[in-house]
Amino acid sequence: MKTIKVFGPGCKRCETTAEMVKAAAAELGLEVDVEKVTDARAIAMAGVMSTPGISVEGTLVHAGGLPDAGKLKDWLSA
Amino acid sequence: MSSETLERHSGAPDWLWYLGVPLVGAVLWLLYGQLVPFSEWITGLLPVSRTSHTGEAIAFFVYDVPKVLLLLTGIVFVTGVLRSWFSPEKTRAILAGKRQIWGYPLAAFLGVLTPFCSCSSVPLFIGFVSAGIPLGVTFAFLIAGPMVGPVGLGLLYGLVGWKIATIYLVFGFSIATVSGYVLGQMRLERYLQDWVRELNAWPVGEPPEEALTLVERLKIGVEQVREIVGKVWIWVLVGIGIGAVIHGYVPEAMMLKVMGGEAWWSVPSAVALGVPMYTNAAGVIPIVEALLGKGAALGTTLAFMMSVIALSLPEMIILKQVLTLRLIAIFIAVVAAGILATGYLFNALL
Repeated sequence: MKTIKVFGPGCKRCETTAEMVKAAAAELGLEVDVEKVTDARAIAMAGVMSTPGISVEGTLVHAGGLPDAGKLKDWLSA
Repeated sequence: MSSETLERHSGAPDWLWYLGVPLVGAVLWLLYGQLVPFSEWITGLLPVSRTSHTGEAIAFFVYDVPKVLLLLTGIVFVTGVLRSWFSPEKTRAILAGKRQIWGYPLAAFLGVLTPFCSCSSVPLFIGFVSAGIPLGVTFAFLIAGPMVGPVGLGLLYGLVGWKIATIYLVFGFSIATVSGYVLGQMRLERYLQDWVRELNAWPVGEPPEEALTLVERLKIGVEQVREIVGKVWIWVLVGIGIGAVIHGYVPEAMMLKVMGGEAWWSVPSAVALGVPMYTNAAGVIPIVEALLGKGAALGTTLAFMMSVIALSLPEMIILKQVLTLRLIAIFIAVVAAGILATGYLFNALL
């Protein structure tokens, strides 16, 4: 079980990103726990300045804009 | 989402991008050249006289809607691609520790180039301040971003001409720089929300830099078009609708009286009216086009446009998470003073 966090104040892109993470995980057959972090302070403390941001097991892998579907799978399976 | 759809979404071969982007650009360019005959043709189909108030208003509307949407698409695409070389993290690294005076214009300049949406202005603000970027420099960045954004400049250029677009660029940039400097001199750190002040010494992590290919940058441009045009088109229609009513129905004599350069109160009223108005550059510039066409004074119109774009109430409410009300009030006062000065200057000059 991997813990994935999606950082974003709840804008549409952040929702889409969370959906993309779930879709990519399902495709890889990975069990993931997707947590949405919406508190501005928590987002900033994680080092995210442009949302949506993604962290996998506590490591920030992406910030700003929708992730690329191919890269997303790499991050999840790494 | 099946694996096949995912493949298809990300799988257009590179050559298709290199061929497709210039091709679509060329087609849009050709369409852009046909706007006058197109709008006259549509207006001619309607059972109203072309020279009546209604005919004028309709012609304005059917000409401006495709024009603004085409311009918007082009500008957002090009900006999206160019901005993919910049990021808030890189900007922060450049600005960190810039306490010298040229940190302000540099911040304003980077504010124009750095991709950020108002929804992440709070994390961005914290990211800057916690990295030791002076508050005034951060403000210069935050003011310049929306104020001299490429969408506003590009539409001004396309709708009212290069002279006014240049004036807007120069003065918008100056207001961002000078306001940032003034705010920086006021030592306002004590008016940040408590938790932000305590944050100053905390280290923050940083996301890894993602290497992007040219095709990925083009994809970002397309993604931006889909997102931004998909979001603002309704504001564009509303703005052009208002512009069309002004263009068709408002008598010039009345416009001169209300927004002419003679009335001293016209500039402050334009600012007071502009702040609570929530729209964006794409929605306000068709209004500006119609106002100027009817003889509104340039200074008054510039002041209106700047306050709509740079000082928006929803933005202030978002910033309330990090700034105290007192600081927000000072921020608005300083920027508004810059806008007023610009407005009076141009009304006096022209």
